[in-house]
Amino acid sequence: MSEEQIKNLEAQFEERIARDEKIEPKDWMPEKYRQTHIRQMSQHAHSEIVGMLPEGNWITRAPSLRRKVALLAKVQDEAGHGLYLYSATETLGISREEMYEQLHTGKAKYSSIFNYPTVTWADMGAIGWLVDGAAIINQVPLCSTSFGPYARAMVRVCKEESFHQRQGYEIMIKLANGTPEQKAMAQDALNRWWWPSLMMLGPTDAESIHTEQSMKWKLKRKSNDELRQQFIDQTVPQADLIGLTIPDPDLKWNEERQSYDFGEIDWEEFWQVVKGHGPCNKERMKARVGAWERGEWVRDAAMAYSEKQQARKEKQAV
Amino acid sequence: MNFNLYKYILGISDNSLILGQRMGALTGHGPSLETDIACTNISLDLFGQVRSYYQYAAKIADDGRTEDDIAMLRKEREYLNVLLVEQPDTDFAFTMARQFLFDVYHLLFLTELQKNKDLTLSAIATKSMKEVSYHQRFSSDWIKRLGDGTEESHLKMQDAIDTLWTYTDELFHQTEADKIMVSEGIGVDVTKLKDNYYQKVNNVLEEATLKIPESKYFQKGGKEGIHTEHMGYLLSDLQYMQRTYPNMEW
Repeated sequence: MSEEQIKNLEAQFEERIARDEKIEPKDWMPEKYRQTHIRQMSQHAHSEIVGMLPEGNWITRAPSLRRKVALLAKVQDEAGHGLYLYSATETLGISREEMYEQLHTGKAKYSSIFNYPTVTWADMGAIGWLVDGAAIINQVPLCSTSFGPYARAMVRVCKEESFHQRQGYEIMIKLANGTPEQKAMAQDALNRWWWPSLMMLGPTDAESIHTEQSMKWKLKRKSNDELRQQFIDQTVPQADLIGLTIPDPDLKWNEERQSYDFGEIDWEEFWQVVKGHGPCNKERMKARVGAWERGEWVRDAAMAYSEKQQARKEKQAV
Repeated sequence: MNFNLYKYILGISDNSLILGQRMGALTGHGPSLETDIACTNISLDLFGQVRSYYQYAAKIADDGRTEDDIAMLRKEREYLNVLLVEQPDTDFAFTMARQFLFDVYHLLFLTELQKNKDLTLSAIATKSMKEVSYHQRFSSDWIKRLGDGTEESHLKMQDAIDTLWTYTDELFHQTEADKIMVSEGIGVDVTKLKDNYYQKVNNVLEEATLKIPESKYFQKGGKEGIHTEHMGYLLSDLQYMQRTYPNMEW
């Protein structure tokens, strides 16, 4: 294809996106669009799968049968989200095995928040309330993103995430209204998860390298800083309602902006975790790589069995 | 309180509780995303059943204890599950063999329990049967895949079946509470399920090209509350929150 033809296709492509048309896997797309989507969607899928670990850590120790069932269902939903997102990404011409390989070698990232440890039961509440809350703010705009399979996957993911968030908040309500010990447990979880949740919405706009292109392709509708403000404005009243205190002495309602002003985020901590030196980066990778390696003989057996079955069928047909 | 009925219910539901706890622990660590989801699903089904049974047991006990108290605040000696379900997840072959050896029994048992004149037990059985039929299909498929897969998987599955076989006979033991319940027309006579069980199990093992173990030595004790050394650790996790923070609501 000549350079001019490509330019023509690119122009048509951008027009389609501007008209809010969905791009489907078999449509022509610029290589950069494909690569950007593989990167973002696989990162999203990896986050779901790695995200199962911190909550999975409490399945055997959930305090009641009702909570145990809800937590199992939630973590299972995350596996389901991982499954749709990997499948949606596969439509761009990359296999799930290749994506796993990228995760296991550290080439692909996942959300840094999952590198923090879950040390008390209240962390199950805080993750649902704050982490899923921040995820929803990030993800709702993706329901109308330009790439069809991603947009459709996100519609389903967002419905389940909002259920998870309510479930997390409900754990917090129960703790906040419980014994002094339970309330302290809830406050401690909020203290530990608040700042990492704010970091989850990404580096400040000045530092964010992908934003402009992503905006054009509707992979992003608002900047990281706008999303963060939205998250804070939404969450502070929820904390007030249950008598918990946001661990930010600089947090103050700004009448003029009709928004909360908030304190400085420790970006050094953010980059430290992103670069692989958070409290649980190594454990999370070890768990994922370990499950994959331990499962190899199982997957090989399933493949060998299915080949044998196929051969038997063919033999019978003859 | 009808102590025998109470004990009888625990004898049924403790199996689901302990197996559900084992399967739940695997969430996020499965050999593939699909098997991970399926194992979590089995755990979820089992805990769903457990809740129905213990809620009923709490009603019968009528001493202020809740489903959670019954599930999480007994001493090890008071858990009445068979030894099979508490066995550890040595590898995926053990997980699937344990599941399969229990599922075949579980489905036969529920099929009988369904005919019960105790309407609550009968209703729980009917609801659970749909779930357990799926569990049995899932675990049988894996017995075949691993048994008739690669040489390595065949050896691993054979080892799992050989090791766990010793815990199968206990499924057909009757406790005193069982006998009384059977005589009252509520309990299932498990001794009558035995031949059918081994026939079904053997059929799948044969299809999976696995050898049917010949050992005639079996372990027992779980139904009387005498467990293997694995049980205490499993209960430490299960009971952790209830023991550390007594008398609180979650």
